[in-house]
Amino acid sequence: MSRTSERVQQRAAWGFLAPALILIGSFFFVPILAGLVMSFTDFDIYSIGRPDTIRFVGLSNYHQVLTSSEFWHAMRNTGFFVGVGGPLSVLTSLVAALLVNSKLARWKSFFRTVYFTPVVTTMVAVAIVWRYLLHTRYGLINAGLGALHLPAVDWLGDPHWAMPAIILLSVWKNFGYNMLIFIAGLQAIPEELYEAAELDGAGSVARFRHVTLPSLAPTFLFVGVMTMIGQFQIFAEPYVMTQGGPLRSTVTVVLLMYEQGFRWWRMGLATSMAFVLFAVTLVATAIQLRLQGGRR
Amino acid sequence: MIRGRRRGIAPGAAAALALLVALSGCARRDTRTTLRFWGMGREGEVVSQLLGGFERENPDVRVVVQQIPWSAAHEKLLTAYVGRSTPDVSQLGNTWVPEFAALEAIEPLGHRLEQAPFGPGSFFRGIWDTNVIGGRVYGVPWYVDTRLIFYRKDLLARAGYDSIPPTWSGWLEAMRAVKREVGPDRYAIFLPLNEWNPPIILGMQAGSPLLVDDGTRAAFDDSSFRAGFDFYLDLFREKLAPPVTGNEIANVYQEFSRGYFAMWITGPWNLGEFRRRLPADQQDDWATSPMPGPRGAASGISMAGGSSLVMFRDSKHKREAWKLIEYLSRPEVQLEFWRLTGDLPGRVETWRDTALAADPKMHAFEEQLRRVEPLPKVPEMEQIAIRLQDWVERAVRGTVPPDRALASLSDEVDRMLEKRRWLRAHGRLDGSTP
Amino acid sequence: MRRLVPSLLLHAALVAGAALTLTPLVWMVSASFMPSGAANAVPPPFLPAHVTFRHYIELFTHLNLARTFGNSLFITVTATLASTVINAMAGYAFAKLRFGGRERLFQVLMGALVIPAQVGMMPLFLMVKGIGLVNTPWAVMIPSLASIFGIFLIRQFALAIPDDLLDAARIDGASEFEIFLRIVLPVLAPILVTLATFTFLSTWNDFMWPLIVLSDDAKYTLPVALANLSGEHVQDTELMMAGSVLTVLPVLVLFLAMQRSYIRGVMMGSVKG
Repeated sequence: MSRTSERVQQRAAWGFLAPALILIGSFFFVPILAGLVMSFTDFDIYSIGRPDTIRFVGLSNYHQVLTSSEFWHAMRNTGFFVGVGGPLSVLTSLVAALLVNSKLARWKSFFRTVYFTPVVTTMVAVAIVWRYLLHTRYGLINAGLGALHLPAVDWLGDPHWAMPAIILLSVWKNFGYNMLIFIAGLQAIPEELYEAAELDGAGSVARFRHVTLPSLAPTFLFVGVMTMIGQFQIFAEPYVMTQGGPLRSTVTVVLLMYEQGFRWWRMGLATSMAFVLFAVTLVATAIQLRLQGGRR
Repeated sequence: MIRGRRRGIAPGAAAALALLVALSGCARRDTRTTLRFWGMGREGEVVSQLLGGFERENPDVRVVVQQIPWSAAHEKLLTAYVGRSTPDVSQLGNTWVPEFAALEAIEPLGHRLEQAPFGPGSFFRGIWDTNVIGGRVYGVPWYVDTRLIFYRKDLLARAGYDSIPPTWSGWLEAMRAVKREVGPDRYAIFLPLNEWNPPIILGMQAGSPLLVDDGTRAAFDDSSFRAGFDFYLDLFREKLAPPVTGNEIANVYQEFSRGYFAMWITGPWNLGEFRRRLPADQQDDWATSPMPGPRGAASGISMAGGSSLVMFRDSKHKREAWKLIEYLSRPEVQLEFWRLTGDLPGRVETWRDTALAADPKMHAFEEQLRRVEPLPKVPEMEQIAIRLQDWVERAVRGTVPPDRALASLSDEVDRMLEKRRWLRAHGRLDGSTP
Repeated sequence: MRRLVPSLLLHAALVAGAALTLTPLVWMVSASFMPSGAANAVPPPFLPAHVTFRHYIELFTHLNLARTFGNSLFITVTATLASTVINAMAGYAFAKLRFGGRERLFQVLMGALVIPAQVGMMPLFLMVKGIGLVNTPWAVMIPSLASIFGIFLIRQFALAIPDDLLDAARIDGASEFEIFLRIVLPVLAPILVTLATFTFLSTWNDFMWPLIVLSDDAKYTLPVALANLSGEHVQDTELMMAGSVLTVLPVLVLFLAMQRSYIRGVMMGSVKG
């Protein structure tokens, strides 16, 4: 009885899996493999009109990407976003989680919902709103700075401030998501640990350092890695707010890829850029895992 | 012009009749042919106002206009081409014509032009030339654009000049005189670092072809481009121009009004903008002048810009599409278009119209349009221009010495053109040679 | 008493945080009702002096955003329904059906989560062009129809279904499909709701792929149309705010209605199996 049942299950399983696997196989894995192949060719605008002019060029696209000053400029911009925006975002999420989860806090679910609201909003819509908020003269942000007697900043016109402006938008939009994950992590810390620490005479700061933080370490790692991976792929914010400007200071790797691929139709080059970014993301993830998760 | 109209109605009515006869079998469907037209920017907003007359003359044709912002136009057109969803007729920036011709996306218009009420001679030569790729005509000029100098007459007068001298050396002297007059906090000329037009114009005036060998090699490090480039850099070195981009100036018109700079190399849309944004009492203080050249007026060429009207090969209504192009090329329609947008008409005869001829600020444009040259007609040109702008800016700001900037630019451009070189070496470049 | 000061400080911080978080959204709504040009003032106004619905009217008449809204709705609802079913079937299979290679296949899928979507976007575009679906709503739906994350989520939840329940039904002669329909789906209902909410939100908000694949403005989804409008109407602050409100409102309403389920899903997704 169990053997026929298993065979039946086996057949049924493939039937259940078929739609998902076919879709994921055809529209996710196949394009990625095709992209890999394409990255070894010089597929470009000439190729579209005349496919017989496509040439196999080996690693030449990768060489071009890795020796291109434009690419490294974009990589630096992306790196700045990840290196500054990442910790800022994670920190904001942690602070929000600690505040909302605090034993003294009331109306927890209200605040939790409010802080999460930006996450569900459409990026294009909020990028447009923020473009106006960041306006040098008519924007609320500079009005706020003025109320604090701080000088106005040309957020979207000054190459030094444009990326920070995008970081600001990104932190606002995403901190709610990681906040929830931190809350889940905080709630998983057993009460007994805190009670034991209190019995040992630890004040609240010490309890935070010795109970909360270590217990949160895996959550930190998870949040850190996921945030970083997502941030490497930033596209919509610079596309809508600055088009990569001013002076290409907000061109990120994915934006550059979009330009090369869909504006100039250098698809061989653009796909190789995508794989280089993927490799960089993997390396960065590995490094972060080693640094943070090492002590296991 | 009535003659033109009469000629327009008869073929239009005949076409409509033919259409009716042909489609008489399909009584239940809407027998009107739908033409899809893509317009960009302001032109896209305004063109539907011109189409009423066309639809009245061609009652079996209906035109649907789609507006696309310039920032997305290039990729939208390419994506539509790849996805086989191109419109029937489109406005196309004339620097993009070579690219779409190379793709074989747009239809050569040769045989249709033979029966048209206009020909190459109806348009400014340099502008017409931008549409001729490999000996075939791919577009009809719609409106034209070039760059020349807008300047403050009063500031120039205070410096002792009543017009801009036609030679580079004279022009330089005039700028120095203006600078002496306005002092260290103001400038003689505004050359925004995010515009590639001025350095390219100066390079072209100095005789540089920009690209050589059928557009397969960069020529930015040769002596003629260098001459124009040095002239450009000197303007910053002598503090005649502020080293800023367009974004760093809060309101260009306000600064012009204040006299922060006395000259600006820009295009025809600013005729309307200046009228709108400068105070009424300053309207007599500004004027336009054709570009000076290294050796005098004749060498003061400028860029042949503007947009053409093109027809896509995938269109299923080419006859109607051509009718639309013909309609929009009529002098009276071009004039109406000018009235609505301020864009300069491509047809030379419209410049005889009293409204255009009466405006003294337009004379410089007419003169300049007789001395315009197209950019190299290669698909990569726009991307090359943007890289040039990047390197020029670095040279101006001093982060890279000029020699290295031009050498690096040439390297990058050579790499971009590698495929084109390969195609040429294998004799596959037909159709896209200039 | 000792708790009053820290509690006040805490709540002050929470309220300040809430205000900072909500200000952009409140301003967005507020500015959408201001008359043209009113938002471009120094200092920028926070509330409209005169309320006008003109911009919304213009969006629906002149700019035809109703059609765009309809496009977004059609694509999002269809993709959500289809993907919920497809992911549920696959997630259940991975959790409860015994077949060879199950764990290894699942690990391969999990590993693929690391690969960024943009890597395949260009070839996918050419593929979609090859099957003639460029510029159609189906093309927009394609990447959303099956999601590795969705399968993971369902599997997490389905693991808790007691095997005895399923075996008993099998002994009674029910087919696997009947078991899925009658026993499993009702049990999975809460996570299905969560997943459907996730999918709705991400499909509605999707930008880069629809931007690439749609060239006809009659077929645009809201985010793409909005980006297009913002290129042309940079000066029309109030109009753009109205467009943004229109785009954000449905997902905001959905989120508020489903917040408990959605938030639980997010927190669950962070627990590694």
